[in-house]
Amino acid sequence: MDETDSVKAVRLTVITGGLREPSSTRLLADRLVTAVTAELERLGDHAESTIVELRPLGHPIMDAMLTGLTRDELESAFASVADADGVIAVTPAFNASFSGLFKSFFDVLPEDTLSDMPVLIGATGGTERHSLVLEHALRPMLTYLHAIVSPRAVYAATSDFGLASGSALAERIVAAAADFSRLLHGCGPRPRRDVVDEDLASMQALLGGNDG
Amino acid sequence: MNSAEELGMQFGIFTVGDVTADPTAGTTPSEAERIQATLAIARKAEDVGLDVFATGEHHNPPFVPSSPTTLLGCIAGQTERLLLSTATTLITTNDPVKIAEDFSVLQHVSGGRADLMLGRGNTGPVYPWFGQDIRQAIPLTVEHYGLLRRLWREDVVDWEGELRSSLQGFTLAPRPLDGVPPFVWHAAIRTPEVAELAAHYGDGFFANHIFWPASHTQSMVELYRRRFAHYGHGSPEQAIVGLGGQVFMRHNSQDAVKEFRPYFDNAPVYGHGPSLEDFTALTPLTVGSPAQVIEKTLGFREYAGDYQRQLFLVDHAGLPLKTVLEQLDILGEEVVPVLRKEFAVGRPADVPPAPTHRSLLRARGDGGGPHPDDDHPEAR
Repeated sequence: MDETDSVKAVRLTVITGGLREPSSTRLLADRLVTAVTAELERLGDHAESTIVELRPLGHPIMDAMLTGLTRDELESAFASVADADGVIAVTPAFNASFSGLFKSFFDVLPEDTLSDMPVLIGATGGTERHSLVLEHALRPMLTYLHAIVSPRAVYAATSDFGLASGSALAERIVAAAADFSRLLHGCGPRPRRDVVDEDLASMQALLGGNDG
Repeated sequence: MNSAEELGMQFGIFTVGDVTADPTAGTTPSEAERIQATLAIARKAEDVGLDVFATGEHHNPPFVPSSPTTLLGCIAGQTERLLLSTATTLITTNDPVKIAEDFSVLQHVSGGRADLMLGRGNTGPVYPWFGQDIRQAIPLTVEHYGLLRRLWREDVVDWEGELRSSLQGFTLAPRPLDGVPPFVWHAAIRTPEVAELAAHYGDGFFANHIFWPASHTQSMVELYRRRFAHYGHGSPEQAIVGLGGQVFMRHNSQDAVKEFRPYFDNAPVYGHGPSLEDFTALTPLTVGSPAQVIEKTLGFREYAGDYQRQLFLVDHAGLPLKTVLEQLDILGEEVVPVLRKEFAVGRPADVPPAPTHRSLLRARGDGGGPHPDDDHPEAR
């Protein structure tokens, strides 16, 4: 690796959809960040992370959905995602899917924000019976959004938090973090797409052929 | 001579033309009542000294203005100096030949009081109703507008495009009044392509503004101004900018809030989302005293620069006609005179006044002007 790679931090943005305080979803998100950061260090990359908690954005997300009005705090959450080199997205499992709040955030997130974005997915739930929410809800949605979803996802049931370190959950976290870190390392710094510039370039091309 | 002629800024109203239930009375006007109310509102706008009336164009209930030039032609016959415009004319789903004809006739019957604001329209089903495809919205906009410009500027048009049948030897009738095409604004909520289109041709750019935070409008207007200069039409400050806004006023601001709140809370476009307080803090909506409206409106200049046209939405959310007419009285008597005076303060001399038919005619007569290519001596 060359010198510029080693000085530039890998920017991780963590989207966490837990509703309660403290939140087991946030707890899983934190553990994933810690593990990914450690794995990246091993690969010679330094990581910086930003947390986007969805609970305080609940009203702004709904306002954006109902009226299109995007408040500053939601705008800055969008910017954190757009500026990231990689995203860690964690939701509680509700009724065989992600929470409505979690989905709503992605529904108001500007189009193409997640294109070519490496994403590590995680979910929490009362029992391990809901673990396929990761494969049947999160992964298809993010694939639809053209994200590059890391192959190994992490589900944590309530009982997982009671087990000693070195437990199955910790192993799953480390394994998923290792996959995701290799993915991030391979993808490298992500150029932020300037959608406005892209739109303008295509408009200029159209206007060039239609001078009235 | 139009009294709006020498104005640096034009002030007026724009209507969506919605038929909305009055939530306080539980009554809904009929389409007939809404259309007559719209005419009364336009007449009142002239009576109280406003400069512009603009109507939306919609092709589905609960909206009534599907044929804007019919409405504007009627208003032209009932007014003397009011400028007649649209907000917006759908450049995508209307045939450009029909737009050229309709506004050419309107310009003649109104004696040079018409201009128009073009928009794409974002109601999906309208496109197939008119044989178009919403996925082609931007290419339709560019191609239709390119043709529209030529129809108003060239006597005989041979045209071939991708999205409309070709024209061979077509001549628009009637030719535009005095051979001067109506001034065109391009309206956008959040589409940078529209700012680019307006800048490319040196046309006006109207930022819808309502529902959007100032920072959003600022970046769209800045983009337009920068690209206007890029295309060689003048400095960024000389670009032609219009802004929307919506107001509800009573002399005591608490009365305004109390009276407007049920309309806000139940309006299809606002209701059940952000609170009235949030909306007034974050967007141009002002609910309060005339002084508050003046203060907030003057603040638009801080992020949009010196601009040419300010349109207010006043007849929305199911407000009864009587209330709307009262709003117009306050606008005309107390708000706009102050805005005219205050906006003129510190306005640089090289910021152009709002274009009108006469100013465009004069500019062309001087041999310079924005459209040196549109001389049609036989159209006199």
